[in-house]
Amino acid sequence: MSENGEVLVKVSGADKVYRRGSEDLHILDKLDLNVPKGEFLALMGPSGSGKSTLLNLLGGIDRPTNGSVEIGGDEISMLSDRKLAWWRSRHVGFVFQMYNLLPVLTAARNVDLPLLLTNLSSKQRRKQVELALDAVGLSHRLDHYPRQLSGGEQQRVGIARAIVTDPSILLCDEPTGDLDRHAGDEILDLLDTLNREQGKTIIMVTHDPHASARASRTLYMDEGKLKTEKPE
Amino acid sequence: MKFLPIIWANLKRRKLRTALTMASVLIAFLLFGYLCAIEEAMNAGINVAGADRLIVRHKASIIQMLPMSHKERIQQIPGVQSVAHATWFGGIYQEPGNLHAQIPVVPEEYFEIYDEFILPEEQMKKWKETKTGAVAGRTTADKFGWKIGDRIPIQATIYEKENGEQMWEFDLVGIYDSDKEGADTTQFFFRHDYFDEAQTFAEGMIGWYLVKVDDPDQADAIAKTIDEQFANSTFETKAETEAAFTRGFAAQIGNITAIMIAIMSAVFFTILLVAGNTIAQSVRERTEEIGVLKSLGFTNPQVLALVLGESCFLSTLAGGIGLGIAFWLISMGDPTGGNLPIFYLPTRDLVTGVICMILLGLLTGIAPAIQATRLKIADALRRAA
Ligand SMILES: Nc1ncnc2c1ncn2[C@@H]1O[C@H](COP(=O)(O)OP(=O)(O)OP(=O)(O)O)[C@@H](O)[C@H]1O
Ligand SMILES: [Mg+2]
Repeated sequence: MSENGEVLVKVSGADKVYRRGSEDLHILDKLDLNVPKGEFLALMGPSGSGKSTLLNLLGGIDRPTNGSVEIGGDEISMLSDRKLAWWRSRHVGFVFQMYNLLPVLTAARNVDLPLLLTNLSSKQRRKQVELALDAVGLSHRLDHYPRQLSGGEQQRVGIARAIVTDPSILLCDEPTGDLDRHAGDEILDLLDTLNREQGKTIIMVTHDPHASARASRTLYMDEGKLKTEKPE
Repeated sequence: MKFLPIIWANLKRRKLRTALTMASVLIAFLLFGYLCAIEEAMNAGINVAGADRLIVRHKASIIQMLPMSHKERIQQIPGVQSVAHATWFGGIYQEPGNLHAQIPVVPEEYFEIYDEFILPEEQMKKWKETKTGAVAGRTTADKFGWKIGDRIPIQATIYEKENGEQMWEFDLVGIYDSDKEGADTTQFFFRHDYFDEAQTFAEGMIGWYLVKVDDPDQADAIAKTIDEQFANSTFETKAETEAAFTRGFAAQIGNITAIMIAIMSAVFFTILLVAGNTIAQSVRERTEEIGVLKSLGFTNPQVLALVLGESCFLSTLAGGIGLGIAFWLISMGDPTGGNLPIFYLPTRDLVTGVICMILLGLLTGIAPAIQATRLKIADALRRAA
């Protein structure tokens, strides 16, 4: 692994075991991963191989059975639930395949959600929300509800929500999985821009080789470990 | 309160369901408010009854009269501060439906004992100078548009004058108020000497005595002494505290408070199920969204607050409107046009209502709220995919 900067994400010997009935499923098996700051990393692999599981560990919404997950020097698997929640609000932005916007809130209010956890005044929040929506090219859609937006637009709102608190790392689980080629390309362009111009570290799960081609590196999930080569 | 827009948006998610739930909560609290006013009216007086006041009536019944000569003997009993008397005149003003009490009294004696009634000094002075003078409570004066100086004709039903005349005329010299919640400001008082001279039906007789005692703790003992005093005489008495007297009166119509509590418990329980179901369903539908909120960094206490906020918002908004409507309806006055002279919503019941709303909100929200906090983010998001 050739890294010419500080390591932002460091996973060492991570196991994730699920029990199904009487049998243990080793989804992640002594997995190691290093991601330098500013990288755009793609994760590929067959369905059920554990890509989302890994992303959940990185984002602090799940804990490894064994092993450590260090992000920016913090050992997040050891944090209490409350500290972990606070850590998430500061350091990561999630982008989901199904956008996962709150249907009852407008685009602006959806983007505002993470800011509710900060001490910003409503005026400051409004400004941040406008900046984020502007960055994804949706400054004219502030008061639209998700159902009034196309899939691509909804995903851009999702990205605005992920970046509004200015986290250092973006975790994207099949962000283009539900979009057509054109809309998908726009999302990939956007992620690319965020990576290059704002230095965001991006880890993106995808099934689409066209998408992974945009990343600076691609790793393959296979039998609970990450490989640099696509397995047979 | 940054969460309020989210709470509001969530309630608007299923407008019909929220509206129906709110309507049932609203009606429940409207009913609650109205029943409270009726209960208060039925038990009127118990809550304002002075602990240091006794009512002394004929042992057989309140409609049998007592001789004026009892007064001095009562006055002499140790612990008695002052004695006044009153009589039920039972007249009609204009129409039989106008049911306010008219009572002949000795002005200064009566108003000294009923010190919750406020009558300006110069009006009292005028009353003492005017034999045909009368004072009315503010509520009744307002109801009929009476002003000081008006002549008030009252048609007698029991006490006709010596010449067979049934119409009594009084000069309104004063209007009394009260600063005590629940005090009866519908009564009409006139001078007993005028009454006693003009009628022949029961000369030298009065309806009942009012006794003020020095020490409320001695009230029951003094009541006993009074009754002993007149035992085995032609006019035996029954003395009791004002509260006991009024309670006995109310008991004749049944235990209103118990009936009301029974009705309200049933209503509250039903509402608990209805509103509880609404909140539970609405949270269940949002499993994935709650997962998203948590992934954004919302903590369990914050998620708890969001759900409880939603249930409490629903119950206090709907309940508040219901109680507000009840308050407004009640302030329009006695629905029977006179049978319930004291008709208002006591502050105590308003407070109880608000506490019930908050309780309802917490009870209906707590189970779904805890369920929401237990939700694992990864599971919540997976369920959606
Ligand atoms: N809570 C759980 N209990 C039991 N098994 C689970 C649980 N969560 C995930 N799994 C299993 O772990 C495996 C990996 O799931 P994961 O979602 O990480 O796969 P994935 O690589 O993201 O697949 P896809 O490409 O379909 O999204 C799957 O077989 C899944 O059924
Ligand atoms: Mg997945």
